[in-house]
Amino acid sequence: MNRHNLGLIAIAVVLVVISLIMGGRQEGAEFAGADGQAMAAVATLQPDYQPWFSPIWQPPSGEVEGLLFALQAALGTGLLGYYLGLRRGQSQSRARQPDRVDAGD
Amino acid sequence: MHIAEGFLPPLHAAVWTAVALPFVIAGARRANRLMQDQPQTKLLLAASGAFAFVLSALKLPSVTGSCSHATGAGLGAILFGPSVMALLGTIVLLFQALLLAHGGLTTLGANVFSMAIVGPWVAYGLLRGTQRLHAPLAVSVFLAAMLGDMATYAVTAGQLALAFPDPASGVAGSFIKFIGIFAPTQLPLAVIEGLLTVVIVNLLQQYSQNELRELQAFPQWSAVEIRS
Repeated sequence: MNRHNLGLIAIAVVLVVISLIMGGRQEGAEFAGADGQAMAAVATLQPDYQPWFSPIWQPPSGEVEGLLFALQAALGTGLLGYYLGLRRGQSQSRARQPDRVDAGD
Repeated sequence: MHIAEGFLPPLHAAVWTAVALPFVIAGARRANRLMQDQPQTKLLLAASGAFAFVLSALKLPSVTGSCSHATGAGLGAILFGPSVMALLGTIVLLFQALLLAHGGLTTLGANVFSMAIVGPWVAYGLLRGTQRLHAPLAVSVFLAAMLGDMATYAVTAGQLALAFPDPASGVAGSFIKFIGIFAPTQLPLAVIEGLLTVVIVNLLQQYSQNELRELQAFPQWSAVEIRS
């Protein structure tokens, strides 16, 4: 991880923190999901619209939903980290290869 | 950008499904061919899908006092071309529809169209376009990922506007209403998605040169850039 990348990640973190602070000052800020707000807007545009299909399975509680979202993020991060770690190790061992050939002679 | 289950009238749901389906089939074919012709890129393909998996799971706070999430679809589009993302994005959306009641089966086609088709095509087009103008790679990647993310949410607003026109101001008025909900919230998150995509591309440039060369992901690349 070079300095360049650490800087980019730092900017991303700062953006989240600024969002939390600025967003918290907005009137009626609850950090609700924008998707949910859009579905609520549907109800104001067409009050008599009834969703004609409902999810076949729903997480039984917010906790279980949190678990599944965390699982989704963990699976993704795990695979991504595995890939990057593998390639990093491979490129490092490639870089060391000439030394090893010399040492073997 | 997840339109909830049942929140598009049946006709709209059917049309978006019909529109999305050929893209997903083409994406599956392309992914299949990739794995046969260039099996050494298989793991990178999985990692690109994983990136979308992570980013679409993280609901981030925004300056508007609402939360939303990035899509992560730009990375795979930049590396593999936009069509494979139709398949990878569908897998992500299906996971969320079935296990999280986030999005839905009836709205899957519409959600695939916005996140897994239009977003990736916009990202891919921007990368190619800006590279032709000799923009630095990091700038290209940032713009591609960020604006691909914004495009996804613009499409969602359009889909909702078409289904639910404002009684007074019609589809246009309704679109302004929905884009007003999505765009300000999404903007900082799209910037974050752009930044993180640049981070991953930087790492790939360092450690995965073989795959990048194989895929010819960045045609304007000079040998000098690769070495640095």
